[in-house]
Amino acid sequence: MTETILSVHNISKQFGGIHAVSNVSFDVKRGEILGLIGPNGSGKSTLFNCILGQLKPSAGHCEIDGRPTDGVRPADLSLMGVGRTFQQLSVFPKMTVLDNVLLSGQEHEGSMLSRLFGPGDAGLTKKAEQLIEFFRLTPYRDTEAGSLSYGQQKLVDAAMAFMAGPGIVLLDEPAGGVNLTMLTHLKDRLMTYNREHGTTFVVIEHNMEFVMSLCTRIIVLAEGELIAEGTPEEVRSNQTVIDAYLGG
Amino acid sequence: MNPFKLLLLAVGLVALFVAPIGQGNYIIYTLNSWLLFSIAAMGLNLTLGYAGQVSLAQAGFMGIGAYVTALMTLAGIHWIFAAVLAISSCFLVGLMLGYPALRVQHHFLAFVTLAFNTLLFLVLRNEEEMTGGSLGLVGMPRPDIFGLSTGGNLQFYYFTLVCFVCAAGVMWWILRSPWGRAFMALRENPIRAESLGLKVRRQTLLAFAIGSAFGGLAGAIQAPLVQFIEPHSFGLIHSLKLLLMVVVGGSGFFFGPMLGAAVVILLPEVLRFTEGYYLIIYSALVIVLMAYSPGGLIGLGQKLFDKFRPKQQARHDLKQGVQL
Ligand SMILES: Nc1ncnc2c1ncn2[C@@H]1O[C@H](COP(=O)(O)OP(=O)(O)OP(=O)(O)O)[C@@H](O)[C@H]1O
Ligand SMILES: [Mg+2]
Repeated sequence: MTETILSVHNISKQFGGIHAVSNVSFDVKRGEILGLIGPNGSGKSTLFNCILGQLKPSAGHCEIDGRPTDGVRPADLSLMGVGRTFQQLSVFPKMTVLDNVLLSGQEHEGSMLSRLFGPGDAGLTKKAEQLIEFFRLTPYRDTEAGSLSYGQQKLVDAAMAFMAGPGIVLLDEPAGGVNLTMLTHLKDRLMTYNREHGTTFVVIEHNMEFVMSLCTRIIVLAEGELIAEGTPEEVRSNQTVIDAYLGG
Repeated sequence: MNPFKLLLLAVGLVALFVAPIGQGNYIIYTLNSWLLFSIAAMGLNLTLGYAGQVSLAQAGFMGIGAYVTALMTLAGIHWIFAAVLAISSCFLVGLMLGYPALRVQHHFLAFVTLAFNTLLFLVLRNEEEMTGGSLGLVGMPRPDIFGLSTGGNLQFYYFTLVCFVCAAGVMWWILRSPWGRAFMALRENPIRAESLGLKVRRQTLLAFAIGSAFGGLAGAIQAPLVQFIEPHSFGLIHSLKLLLMVVVGGSGFFFGPMLGAAVVILLPEVLRFTEGYYLIIYSALVIVLMAYSPGGLIGLGQKLFDKFRPKQQARHDLKQGVQL
């Protein structure tokens, strides 16, 4: 067990002429809650997708637990203990909340054959129900996820990312479009999970109050480049960051 | 499964058992075709309805199944072995047909599978030495199963019924397992599914392979039922017919294909009195159904059921929603 769970080395990503991410490097320490902020279009989601195998970076590489992730498919990253959410809502709308959460855990259990011949829930109902309870979604256990409100679906989405008991979860705007009460609730859930399970989080978020109070450390992207790194206080008072946000 | 559903299932099975008793050959034959097409449509329902992969080649797989079975049984090999080979070859070919689906989706995939069906038709027609070309193959024997003859029409019906029940059982088993959930995830959001650890490629190929294998079984039954097969029996039009069965019945519902097959096979009979107008009426009905209920007949039934369900439940949900 190394101190660093995820290290990102010189990741760049170009789309045609656009440099979405330029030469970004940072380490994520085991058990920390790292914030990733930056103006719209600064390359945050692109960086996530490069780390998580959805996009092939133009240059650079990443390591999870010291293992390089070049060419590792998203499914295998998940099996290595990396959970994530997407910026857009991504639940399975026609499946119940319980099935959404079960699906998120089942591929981590047993083998292909045991998943065909074994129990229908892969033995995960109890764990899934606990997680559903944890996110206060129990009344919606058997509701189709697509019929829940936006904020509730965000919670289901987060619960799914947690289900496999991953070591690290990357959340892309988990609080986007979520109301204040739900926001406090979500922050509380993340911190509790971090405390109780030692899960590491990397969180992209525009809501400054949310990020500042949740994260132990923050990195800032602007126009694809990493421009600042530090504690919430340091970042808040950093002139480069203020300029970037004011479009200076 | 709750007791009510078990009771319904038992009633259904009994109905299937007594349905052909005392009926003429024509009705028994029609019921038999219905069971057989239900099996093929069930397979397509897995590929299309549950896993969301468009396929216009299901009749092609019935063809592979029928020809493999015909050639082997005509060579004196027992039907059971022939059927096993028919099913496994369809499984393998289905696996291969799945590869394009990893690159293209929706209407592109429809074209790829359509091309496959056409190609298969041409092969069946042109490889005369083996397949008999346009003349087809005749005289496939009806098998003896564990000493029981299936030679008579009623006997063959029960033979098909046993195959049908087994196939439905296997399908039910797959769908209740984590595989079933994985297939649905493939349909609903493959990118999300992959990020959760699902091997999307493998699962997509399996959706094709398993669905095709059901087509193979249907073909293996069709050969001794009809005792005459030729390439046109497995042309594109029949793939479209199978697609219609799945969609009309309700794709993604377990009993959708059975209901759809019944409608597609029986409705022409029922509408026969309208003579020349039957196709027009038939098409109009399908269009109206699709416009009102993309979930097919079962989806329509569910909609109506939801309408008449006590309102309490919805309000309860609403209240919970406000609280959070
Ligand atoms: N698939 C793509 N093809 C072309 N350009 C892309 C693609 N994805 C992202 N970009 C570009 O890369 C840049 C960074 O986009 P990205 O989505 O990473 O920003 P972001 O920081 O997540 O923004 P936001 O906060 O609005 O979500 C943008 O200029 C965007 O137009
Ligand atoms: Mg983004």
